Amino acid sequence: MPIVLIVAEQQPDGNLRKATLNAISAGKQLAEKAGGELHIALVGKDPAKAGDELKGFGAKAVHVGAAPELEHYLAETYAPAIAALAQELKADYIGMASTAQGKDLLPRVAGRLRAAMATDVMAINGSGADITFTRPMWAGNVFADVKLTTPVKVLTLRATEFTAAAGGQGASEVKAFSPKVEASKTKFVDFKEVKSARPELTEARVVVSGGRGTKGDFKEIEGLADDLGAAVGASRAVCDAGWVPNDLQVGQTGKVVAPALYIAAGISGAIQHLAGMKSSKTIVAINKDPEAPIFQVADYGMVADLFKVLPELRAELAKLK
Amino acid sequence: MKILVTAKRVEDPESKIKVKPDGSGIVQEGLKYKINPFDEIGVEEGLRLVAKHQGEVVVVSIGGKEVQEQLRHALAMGAHRAVWVNHTGPVDQLGIAGLLQKVVEKEQPDLVVLGKQSIDDDQNQVGQYLAEFLGWGQATFASKVESMESEQEKNKVPAIVVSADKKSVQVIREVDNGLATVECQLPAVVTTDLRLNQPRYASLPGIMKAKSKPIEELSPAKLGVDVTPAIQVLKMSSPPPRKAGIKVEDVPSLVAKLHNEAKVV
Repeated sequence: MPIVLIVAEQQPDGNLRKATLNAISAGKQLAEKAGGELHIALVGKDPAKAGDELKGFGAKAVHVGAAPELEHYLAETYAPAIAALAQELKADYIGMASTAQGKDLLPRVAGRLRAAMATDVMAINGSGADITFTRPMWAGNVFADVKLTTPVKVLTLRATEFTAAAGGQGASEVKAFSPKVEASKTKFVDFKEVKSARPELTEARVVVSGGRGTKGDFKEIEGLADDLGAAVGASRAVCDAGWVPNDLQVGQTGKVVAPALYIAAGISGAIQHLAGMKSSKTIVAINKDPEAPIFQVADYGMVADLFKVLPELRAELAKLK
Repeated sequence: MKILVTAKRVEDPESKIKVKPDGSGIVQEGLKYKINPFDEIGVEEGLRLVAKHQGEVVVVSIGGKEVQEQLRHALAMGAHRAVWVNHTGPVDQLGIAGLLQKVVEKEQPDLVVLGKQSIDDDQNQVGQYLAEFLGWGQATFASKVESMESEQEKNKVPAIVVSADKKSVQVIREVDNGLATVECQLPAVVTTDLRLNQPRYASLPGIMKAKSKPIEELSPAKLGVDVTPAIQVLKMSSPPPRKAGIKVEDVPSLVAKLHNEAKVV
């Protein structure tokens, strides 16, 4: 029976990374289509609490491996632990959310197992042994159906394309295992977290993004975001100019978002940026240039100056409350 | 220091990519080609490191003879010599990493710098595969913290810092929710993110000089690597188009649409 192993991710504070739930949901779908069963893996210094949280998602088993050497995430130490577990379980598929960690770790796991890999999987097609994956290429301008022909297949799963799995589906068996520990040539030095009171970009229901048109003045963008309980995003140009922190960047090389509402203010809509937000449910574009490519993907476009429109928009939205 | 960098040939990121009607690939006519932007950043970083620590930058590309264009571009930027793995058939990330492993074993660089992904297949795998195949440390998504355009840029702590004894590098990595710093023993593999640096333009003398710089030709057969792909692209398609949007005249009508039609506010 095909075994699907989904790797869970902990945040630095030990809590489960939310995108893991989307990956679990993709894993469940894959297990159903392949006619197999879902397993979940979690490794770290002290993963017991997060491991316990994973019980309610209907997996056959949750494998929790604790080792002091795994205190800080490093691809070099986590990959042997995950690869050895996958071998022991005879996993056919190994998947993880397409987070920075997923993209750093899984190719290393795949390398160890000489397995082919698909990055940013958006859909799982077919059934039985005939499973293919849809993934974006050329910044999302092309969708490709790919088949992986190695015995073990490795995937990162784009969280925005799979609904988050819901808990409360019985209690999976939690199995403790001793993760394989290898000496590492890399060591952790430090991690500087960028903290924000606003919701995380990839998880927010509403995203308000600013582009070059803001000329670096994000006051109105931030104000509107706070009114709406939204996350703030930005185009690459704005991040490159140093106007806002890099981790706000939405795009092919930044974050991929798919909120219910995406408001793009002063963003022209370069291919790079569109790749990161095209899947949003409703898109609003505000731009002075009527020819801006952003209007081609916007559900509602306004050809206007954002500095005039945003305050008006905030006032008008306040009336709804 | 000897630094090996990659220079993949990709479609110009500004090009409009269209899928062939039969889904067998993309329409090639009229496309321009460039060095993968992430790799170009890798070349630049290699040149900056060598300027500081002496040594040479060796650039490698895999593909038909047309990839010599990208190798010459890197040479014109200042890379010292080039290795061309002549291969015209399809190749996947496992195959590329296998070929690079052999080139690395032959060249024995202190550091390999690659783009974190190439802008055609967007896979983001080769650096990690390569580090694993070699048993080396990896630092992916190397990125500078601050602005590329600011005046202070030159004074900022660079993202890749070689230790005084040249036995390790500290790398600042851009990850979700923050910046991670790791220290890798050399040799190591580093993959570049966009904000690591701003690649230089190739100067005219650089372009002239590049013409006489050596390009060594290798092949999968010479390197003893089987490059039969294990990742098969069965079909390509265009993303479903978004339904045509509308222009709204004023803010009240926008809010009305968002409230009553889209029901998102």
